[in-house]
Amino acid sequence: MAAPIVQAEGLCQVFGTRTIFRDVSFTVEAGEIFVILGGSGCGKSTLMHQLIGLLPPTRGTIDIHGHRITGDGAASGRAAMQREIGVMFQSGALFGSMTLLQNVMLPLELFTDLPRAARVEVAQAKLGLVGLAESVALMPSEISGGMARRAGIARALSLDPPLLFLDEPSAGLDPVTSAGLDQLILDLRKDLGTTFVVVSHELLSILAIADRCVMLHRDAFPDAGGVIAAGDPRRLRDESDDPRVHAFFHREAPRQAA
Amino acid sequence: MDVQAGPAETRLTFKGRLDAAGVAALWARAMATVRALRRDQTLVFDLDGVTRCDIAGATFLLAAEAAHGGAEMRGGSDAVRAIIARVRDAREVRRRGEPTPAPGLLQIVLAGVQSALDGIAFIGEAAVAVIRLPRHRRMLRLTDFIRYLDDAGVRSLPLVLLMGGLTGLILAFQTAISMRSMASDIFVVNVVTVSVLRELGPLLAAVILAGRTGSADAAEIGTMKINEEISALTTMGIDPMTMLVLPRMAAAMVAMPGMALAFEIAAIIGMTIVMTGFGYTPQQIYVQARDWAQVKDLLGGMVKAAVFGLAIAATGCRAGLTTGFGPRAVGSSATTAVVGGIVATIAIDGVFASVFYITGY
Repeated sequence: MAAPIVQAEGLCQVFGTRTIFRDVSFTVEAGEIFVILGGSGCGKSTLMHQLIGLLPPTRGTIDIHGHRITGDGAASGRAAMQREIGVMFQSGALFGSMTLLQNVMLPLELFTDLPRAARVEVAQAKLGLVGLAESVALMPSEISGGMARRAGIARALSLDPPLLFLDEPSAGLDPVTSAGLDQLILDLRKDLGTTFVVVSHELLSILAIADRCVMLHRDAFPDAGGVIAAGDPRRLRDESDDPRVHAFFHREAPRQAA
Repeated sequence: MDVQAGPAETRLTFKGRLDAAGVAALWARAMATVRALRRDQTLVFDLDGVTRCDIAGATFLLAAEAAHGGAEMRGGSDAVRAIIARVRDAREVRRRGEPTPAPGLLQIVLAGVQSALDGIAFIGEAAVAVIRLPRHRRMLRLTDFIRYLDDAGVRSLPLVLLMGGLTGLILAFQTAISMRSMASDIFVVNVVTVSVLRELGPLLAAVILAGRTGSADAAEIGTMKINEEISALTTMGIDPMTMLVLPRMAAAMVAMPGMALAFEIAAIIGMTIVMTGFGYTPQQIYVQARDWAQVKDLLGGMVKAAVFGLAIAATGCRAGLTTGFGPRAVGSSATTAVVGGIVATIAIDGVFASVFYITGY
């Protein structure tokens, strides 16, 4: 069996006196859609920042495509990894002073020797792939939230990375737009063979796209957050005995704290 | 509100709407009444006359109850009793965890030292980015540099010329008044020309740059930080220092001598207008200025201006990159950029003054 694309081992994050989570371990295989899920404030985004090399974990190791991005030699590991991942941030994080086309062209301009005409073609194709072929000349301030996420995905795809990280792709979108993004993710996986790591708390979206997931919870340990469940989200929904997992998948309101 | 005070029981009868407006009228009087009671007296709220009670009203009743240590709620419609019960539950929930204690003097001093060290680290990072520039050449985009240059330099020209002209006018006029009493008003030209070339030109151009460009740099980069655009750059392997900070520093360095020069020309024109008013011809003024001011005065000012520009852009960019979370953070970054830029300018000016004095420049 091929080595996993992402291997996380014993990750822990401490901010001040608070342990956000500890003992987080998982692997992501090639071609998978892997979802990191959990309620608000459980450390999903923190975990993602660790995985994409923005935040060194307090403890634990991360290997992405065989590049160790933690501990000794982290800087060179991160530099090697950056060519092989694409990241879409929560609201797209498009550069406001550039059109959508220029946003997608920027990585091509900096990291490839393609001539300008070819860069334009490639960037246009990427935007067409996410359904924005007609909007290439718009500025980020002129497009809707769903379009910004799509453009963010197109920019993340600009160097054809085998691994994409998406931070909350469907948060705050209407159900139809959100379903459209889910379909886009499934299509990209089918057509390009891209592996996805998705941070999400949108139940419908998770069930629609995820092959496997880990579920974080802020009270997994008495003193810290961590993983409370892992596996196929549909089986977790139907079979888990853990009341916290059950509550998440069945949208149960918490009992009022007394 | 009616108060019926008995020996063992005090009854407060409420009528009408218990909402924020009604409570505002009652609060002080009710609390005074309740606090005046002895502990062993029973406090009774009669709610039969209450037509409507909202969260403010219920909070008021429960606060009055708590002030006495207990009270009996009598009557009231189901709706009134329900909202009181709901608010009572909400008041029971206590805050989780300890609030963050206010920082002590030591922490404030340490934070100040820390931010000074961070500032030095930032200069180091910028220097490293310059050294690595050959490898990151593509990240430095000429179009960005030209945009910043246009923004900092060309677009500030009207303000620079206005300030320069007025400064020249005022300075010449004020100096002339005292010089006239000694019948030496031609020396106004010496004073104004040299002080503008050596000091005021670079210094006031720097204040303009800090106000216009330093704050804009901080706000633009700070907004990018909040919008995760800086994170996006970093994960793409693009160095924000090279792409965002260096072109701004370079643009400010190039723009500042030009701004200072424009300021100085406008100030000298302003001075000439005043002196013409005192009866000197432009030729006399020109000869006087030429014989007194030296090229090194001008060049020293230009060098100072470039260094001021560098410091102001660095301060602004650093304020932007260290922006915290939320829209208020962007505002405070812009403030930090302006204040820090002006303070840095004056501090550097002090260093220049000492160096020029020691070297006799």
